[in-house]
Amino acid sequence: MSKEELKTKLTELLPAATFDEAGEWLNVSIDAKDWLPLATQLRNYFDLHFDFLFCVTAVDWKTHLSMVYHLRSTTLGHYLVVKAKIADRANAEIESVSKIWRTAEFHELEAYDLMGVKFLNHPGLRRLFLEDDWVGYPLRKDYVDEVNMIKL
Amino acid sequence: MEPDNIISTAPSITGQFEAPFPGTVVPTPGGGVLVSALDDVLNWARSNSLWPLVFGTSCCAIEMMSTASAKYDWSRFGFEVARASPRQSDVIIIAGTIVNKMAPVLKRLYDQMPEPRYVIAMGACATSGGPFFYNTYSVVKGADHVIPVDVYIAGCPPRPEALIHAMITLQNKIKAGGAREKIVIEDFKK
Repeated sequence: MSKEELKTKLTELLPAATFDEAGEWLNVSIDAKDWLPLATQLRNYFDLHFDFLFCVTAVDWKTHLSMVYHLRSTTLGHYLVVKAKIADRANAEIESVSKIWRTAEFHELEAYDLMGVKFLNHPGLRRLFLEDDWVGYPLRKDYVDEVNMIKL
Repeated sequence: MEPDNIISTAPSITGQFEAPFPGTVVPTPGGGVLVSALDDVLNWARSNSLWPLVFGTSCCAIEMMSTASAKYDWSRFGFEVARASPRQSDVIIIAGTIVNKMAPVLKRLYDQMPEPRYVIAMGACATSGGPFFYNTYSVVKGADHVIPVDVYIAGCPPRPEALIHAMITLQNKIKAGGAREKIVIEDFKK
């Protein structure tokens, strides 16, 4: 499917989505609460069939957070980038897609550990890299550590 | 007043003999015994056969591997066998970043090495935290916060030639008898 066809199809599925066609792949921006239904549809619809989630990233925009998912269809060959905006920094929550793409399980653990995004219905949300009793989320822009971080 | 039965071959004392061997020779019944030269022989032997411990954490490890392989070959200098066990190695080359999680592991490996043991801090990260000196929550700002270091190498990563230069510097340091002062903890003696 080309970018225009993807755009039409996605507007059908989720009218509130906005698009950015500047890059090589289509970027669609949605709100975090719409993510799980859209993800299910992206995986299951025959003409979309996004079966390969190859990158899960969390971004800190200072005013809000966002999750970025890079998807690819190995059968149909098209790519998609989904940016899900999480407005509430204090209680950053989004649905986990580990039931849809198993690889998301570990990627979401990393995003939870370092950025503090809580994934609802995740099979086992826990700290991965940092010690279990670590307080705070180091990769957030407002993280302060007096002892270790020497400010430039 | 020098005792009569000591034949000294060091030129600074007698002035007459060429010194084939440093130190003094004390003749005893049944043959001469070399006393103070023994340290020099041992130091020479130690420095020419330092076996490194396999310890690469980060990018410097690639340069260390390159030094170990055919083109730069550190076994020309005696670093023939890189041992995986700290019990069998003499020198630990800290090639890479030490993070807070790795620091106790490094300390344990160093403690397990038998004396005399030496440490080379390779690269910017092991020297001072390197590029991670500012704004990092997880990097130890220099391996010498954890264990005492003999030789530091600058570079990110240092070239294999720089690592070999540091090894030769360590060898010279050992031959000159210059191990660092041993820190003796008095409580253990009681």
